[in-house]
Amino acid sequence: MATTAIPQARPYASRRSWVLEWLTTTDHKKIGALYITTAFGMFLVGGIMALAMRTELAQPGLQFLTPDLYDQLFSMHAVTMIFLFVMPMMTGVGNFIVPLQIGAADMAFPRINALGFWLVPAGAVLILGAFAFGGAPVGWTMYAPLTETTPAHGIDLLLMGLVLLGSSSILGAINFLATIFKLRAPGMTLMRMPMLVWTTLVTSVLLLFAMPVLTSGLVMLFIDRNYGGGFFDPSLGGNPILWQHVFWFFGHPEVYVLILPAFGIVSEIVPVFSRKPLFGYKAFVLATASIGALGFTVWAHHMFTTGAVYLPFFSFFTFLIAVPTGVKFFNWLATMWGGQLKFDTPLLYAVGFIALFLIGGLDGAFLAVVPFDFMVQDTYFVVSHIHYVLVAGSVFAIFAGLFYWFPKMTGAKLNERLGKIQFWLLFIGTNVAFFPMHLLGLDGMVRRVVDYAPNNGWADLNLLSTIGAFLIAASVLPFIWNVFTTLRGPRDAGDDPWDANTLEWATTSPPPVFNFDELPAIRSERPVFDLKHPGASVAHAAAGAGAAGKDTH
Amino acid sequence: MTASDSALVTHGEDAVTTGHGMSHADRGIDTALLGMMLFIGSEVMFFGGLFAAYFNIRATAPIWPPEGIDFIQFFPVPIIATAILLSSSVSMQWALSRIAAGDRTGLIRGLAVTLVLGLTFLGLQAFDYYGLLTDHHFGIDSAIYGTLFYTMTGFHGAHVFGGVVGISVILLRAKQGQFSAKHHVAVEAVSAYWHFVDVVWIALFTTIYLLK
Repeated sequence: MATTAIPQARPYASRRSWVLEWLTTTDHKKIGALYITTAFGMFLVGGIMALAMRTELAQPGLQFLTPDLYDQLFSMHAVTMIFLFVMPMMTGVGNFIVPLQIGAADMAFPRINALGFWLVPAGAVLILGAFAFGGAPVGWTMYAPLTETTPAHGIDLLLMGLVLLGSSSILGAINFLATIFKLRAPGMTLMRMPMLVWTTLVTSVLLLFAMPVLTSGLVMLFIDRNYGGGFFDPSLGGNPILWQHVFWFFGHPEVYVLILPAFGIVSEIVPVFSRKPLFGYKAFVLATASIGALGFTVWAHHMFTTGAVYLPFFSFFTFLIAVPTGVKFFNWLATMWGGQLKFDTPLLYAVGFIALFLIGGLDGAFLAVVPFDFMVQDTYFVVSHIHYVLVAGSVFAIFAGLFYWFPKMTGAKLNERLGKIQFWLLFIGTNVAFFPMHLLGLDGMVRRVVDYAPNNGWADLNLLSTIGAFLIAASVLPFIWNVFTTLRGPRDAGDDPWDANTLEWATTSPPPVFNFDELPAIRSERPVFDLKHPGASVAHAAAGAGAAGKDTH
Repeated sequence: MTASDSALVTHGEDAVTTGHGMSHADRGIDTALLGMMLFIGSEVMFFGGLFAAYFNIRATAPIWPPEGIDFIQFFPVPIIATAILLSSSVSMQWALSRIAAGDRTGLIRGLAVTLVLGLTFLGLQAFDYYGLLTDHHFGIDSAIYGTLFYTMTGFHGAHVFGGVVGISVILLRAKQGQFSAKHHVAVEAVSAYWHFVDVVWIALFTTIYLLK
């Protein structure tokens, strides 16, 4: 088969050129690694903010934080975790894995890829720099008129930082789409693409069309704050509800941006560790596309209590999203059903994801019920929902993916025992931290407040939640130790340590520059499986489990 | 297939091929042009946000346009600027058709004309702003109408400026003879962007001066 006319990775001449290499690299794998490490650093920063808040909330009364600092922290915690951790992490995993999975040599626009990454630390400096300028104590949703009347210049830094991160996401989305549409290897038809590629495709479409709308809103807010504009100021003829429309038109597709790549990661792992093909490949693709499309029809379910939106429409479409999401759950369960489950850490995390994301998803269906939503608006029930979908959802999938692809990225397998310790700490910690929030929210405890009355009986549940938060923090320590010791050890994982299916396992670990010296023939969505089991692919194609057979471009 | 017949890939180029020799990159739309089309898609959504703001506020306002801004008229400056921008789309398309026919001199002439027209549009916009600011004391802080007017036309102007920069770059490259009948994807991409900026202006002109 084809080879690239490029020599293998050259040795580094000196320490300075090693630094320069990482600063100027356009290799999608190195950029992916930069994304992942930056995002993990931000995960720690955002986590420390969460610990500070949970420490304050462990007991009624003010012991640890001032109210203003608390407001700054909960705002910055959300912004950090969403824009500086989960999004760059998913982009990083996609950057590393997607070109490998479609048999490409790199992303379509390598230099734009590098630009997209370097906008992230720039945005992070602006956003975290807000702490030096009075912070941005307005929540990650930045609602007008609060954002317009709060003088702190940290808010302006936050707005500018988000514009940079938005630009990064748009450039990344363009790059992913061009890569997926144009750089697939011969034989890699759309309906043979691995599920991570499909979810990255749909995520990129969401980013491409949702992110610019946020940018327009951020610009309007910036003009209102700094140049006397009146977009969201009723005294000048503007409309504060307009901000909510613009923000959530971005904000709801954004939550699928955070979770669809997680679906993709889990869908890569479940078949490999069940020793079966993914059940219902086509249904899964259709469900992913449906979730993406429906994501643009439900933004106002975040605005039920404004009284300014047509409730039945947005409620109905919110319920409708449960259908394709339910399809995915059945895909995963049916894939595992009757399979030879191999409970290595990636599958543990994937199963943890399936179990706990279900709780978060059901919370979402609860919140689609208009009267229920009116009751729990702005309470800890919503906080619980968001954390069950983002921690038990995105974070579990991220760790599943990191354990799964670490051998491909570095050549060394992470320690399984430490991985399992980490999983159980995180699994227990997540539930202890976030389940009590359901009960607190139903009981009326409002979010974004530094204190609560001692006579409401909320102290015990809050203490429990704080203990859970520290368990989550503790779970990160074995992971850091695991990465540290693994990287110091031998890189002997081999090309295909999990006996997996997709193309990234057909090259070396880590892959060379431009990825493949030789590509196997691609006749199904499991080319590496076909390579290892030449007889089985025929039966597999005949069973119709994949899309093998017909070339559909 | 051997190394010799597969496409050479080098890092640091604008776009890479798969290196498979035969790939999806060889068929259909050029990868770089696809990138520009996707970027234009995101720009449509950016202006969509601004237009949504305009129509949301227009729909909830008791009187529209607000009283006392009857000096916002399409005659004379805006209509002249519109004619100039529309002509620049024609000259851009002409430049593209020239290089597609292998005529490098025609490309340079077409781009030069487009560049001058684009700069003229920006000059007229500045002139229009100057008149509104000095004669009518109408600024971005003049209540919601001023905010909308300057934000929407200002961001459009910024995009025209971006197009002018793009045209300047391909004009310089054209002078160095970098384009041919077969290889001129950068001209196609800038041309697509320039037409997009023109379409946004038509929507803006219609919204601000005709629908009111």
